[in-house]
Amino acid sequence: MLAKRLFLAVGFMTLMAGAAMSQTAAPSAPATGQTPGPDAATRFITVSSTTSTTDSGLFNHILPIFRAKTGIEVRVVSQGTGQALDTGRRGDADVVFVHARSQEEKFVADGFGLARKPVMYNDFVLIGPKSDPAGIRGEKDIAAALRSIQSKAAPFVSRGDKSGTHSAELNLWKLASLEIEQAKGSWYREIGQGMGAALNTASAMGAYVLSDRATWINFKNRADLAIIVEGDRRLFNQYGIILVNPARHPHVKQTEGQAFIDWLVSVEGQAAIAGYRINGEQLFFANAGQAGA
Amino acid sequence: MDVSTAFAAAFGLIFGLDPQFLQIVGLSLRVTLTAVGLAALIGLPLGALLAISRFPGRSIVIVLVNGLMGLPPVVAGLMVFLLLSRSGPLGWLGWLFTPSAMVLAQTLLVLPIIIALTRGTVEELWSEYREHLTSLGLTGRRAIPTLLWDGRFALATGLLAGFGRASAEVGAVLIVGGNIAGYTRTMTTSIALETSKGDLPLALGLGLVLIVLTLAINAAAYGASRIGARFAG
Amino acid sequence: MAMREAASILPLRVDGLTFEADGKRLLDGVGFMLPKGGITAIVGPNGAGKSLMLRLCHGLLEPTGGTVRWAQGQAAGQVTAQVAGPMAGNAKRHAMVLQKPVMLRRSVRANIAHTLAAVGAADAPARVEAALARFGLSLLAERPARLLSGGEQQRLAIARAWALSPEVLLLDEPSSQLDPGATRQIEQLIAGLADEGMTILMSTHDLGQARRLSQRILFLHQGRLVEDKSTEAFFAAPSSPEARRFIAGDLLW
Repeated sequence: MLAKRLFLAVGFMTLMAGAAMSQTAAPSAPATGQTPGPDAATRFITVSSTTSTTDSGLFNHILPIFRAKTGIEVRVVSQGTGQALDTGRRGDADVVFVHARSQEEKFVADGFGLARKPVMYNDFVLIGPKSDPAGIRGEKDIAAALRSIQSKAAPFVSRGDKSGTHSAELNLWKLASLEIEQAKGSWYREIGQGMGAALNTASAMGAYVLSDRATWINFKNRADLAIIVEGDRRLFNQYGIILVNPARHPHVKQTEGQAFIDWLVSVEGQAAIAGYRINGEQLFFANAGQAGA
Repeated sequence: MDVSTAFAAAFGLIFGLDPQFLQIVGLSLRVTLTAVGLAALIGLPLGALLAISRFPGRSIVIVLVNGLMGLPPVVAGLMVFLLLSRSGPLGWLGWLFTPSAMVLAQTLLVLPIIIALTRGTVEELWSEYREHLTSLGLTGRRAIPTLLWDGRFALATGLLAGFGRASAEVGAVLIVGGNIAGYTRTMTTSIALETSKGDLPLALGLGLVLIVLTLAINAAAYGASRIGARFAG
Repeated sequence: MAMREAASILPLRVDGLTFEADGKRLLDGVGFMLPKGGITAIVGPNGAGKSLMLRLCHGLLEPTGGTVRWAQGQAAGQVTAQVAGPMAGNAKRHAMVLQKPVMLRRSVRANIAHTLAAVGAADAPARVEAALARFGLSLLAERPARLLSGGEQQRLAIARAWALSPEVLLLDEPSSQLDPGATRQIEQLIAGLADEGMTILMSTHDLGQARRLSQRILFLHQGRLVEDKSTEAFFAAPSSPEARRFIAGDLLW
């Protein structure tokens, strides 16, 4: 008897849970020709961005401001840059917000995005063990620093994941006149993961790693690591934002997506970006108005 | 932050009922419970039907279902991702990167477990009950309600096993949910994310909850089999 | 709506009943007629085909040859009248108690209730109570059926069958698994049911039991119906050598 009641209770609760789920996921009648997602009641857009941007905490700061002003919820799917652009190509996001200029321009040229607008930049820093096996602390020239790492075969962790940071790293090796595919040895470790994982690995291995400043500041597992090289202009990292082309994917939320883009490059949005600080330090420098960015 | 401080902070989150923490736990439970509920709704009758039916190729179906019990969660996630992507066949649902996609993926993971365990239980019961049920006119599909109810304790254990598998997996919900803050972040995906950021308290707190949940499931399964043994004489 | 008395399913006519399995002929041309009333015992050594014959009469198996015809025109294979509507609970039927009765993994009460629910019986709760009372199971009603003793389980199996208000009760070796005390109890139950007007067809390998309970004997040997006569006549003057040897205890199979 008791057992029977127990079963009915469990079954009932499961059904209630399912009903609760379907409440938040109830599809509403299609309007304006667009097929809405499960939460048509809330206005929202899906933005594909990068793990380093998300890990920096920037979105936690600026998105609530945007939502309070427009009522639009921004859902950020964070992946590597390559993946984020792929998500946009497939139409699984409304807006793409990454930091890999050449890949972004190709994205637009191929017809997947409407237009690219610059938004902000942050910078990369070269992190390494305090013991500094390559002897490059305080070096102002990033190319020279990388050459030292290679010649001394000091351990170096690469993200190896087609991300913006990974692209930037590969570019820097080129600037150092090194063809990294040939020059790499066992000292060069490609992990195929995000910035946090790369820092963890570098921390555990006592290796050098190229990181964006924001992730580094937020990173709590530093062990013996510290900033070794910074400030070289070539370490600056430009962000661009693109609306996924509605001609290609009709379901894209063009109005809300454009509202987000417009806000980000507006005075208010740019101020919000610049206002994001950790330990009093500014991480992102708004430059939407800068020509050629 | 060292480990002991992290633990202290973790307990603070749990007992302080931190809202972000509760949201993550709540979402995880909703997704997994719904998935198990759906899988039970589909899998119990299907498994029972498979148990009492005889048709050419039946052994192949059974081997397939048993094999799918071990379907790697990331593979299930990938399959559902390809289905639900806007460029995919079911893209019009708009489910990708929402909890509905997570429910779908986890249902696919749990379903083979339920079908396989139901088939085993019901087949055994049926061989024992067959003549008696036939005598009462409960032949073929009409026998299923009797068989399912009499097997309720073993079947409950199967449901708990399915729940355990779903609540422990991270690959499927990560791929199809997108790990969106405050929306599709579950206990397992949060632990993965927070650990990679080096932010231990939240990861630890969630890990503790997961461990307690797992232990509770196992205790319930043990209890169910004990009660069941009593009824089975 | 006035309840029309449902037509009787007796007499049962069995003609040329044959059953083969794995190339072996297990029943060979069995024929008899079962009229209303009384207890008929099917006796014979092990492997004679007693249990098989009961299961064929009940429709659990299809004969290889010959027919089993209940008076309502039910051919073999139609176990219960799938009668829908107001007659469902009152349709005349034959119920069977298997040699090893199956106890559902539920309480005693739930076992009986399940039987009645399976046939869509009307006023089931009252009939469940009546069955519990009639067979002295009221105190055991909430006990898990599988925890009962052998004798109690047999009583429950008979109670389940009785709850269907069958016209004919088929019993397969009702006390072969029981100790003498429980056996006597079951025999008294069976006699009581016959007194109430139920027609009983039972198999047994216990000669003393056949003698105590039945009015008619059907003697089977190696699948053939060798003798069909009243109990008195069977024991006083068996006509076949096999029957004589069986009564003397010399026929083991």
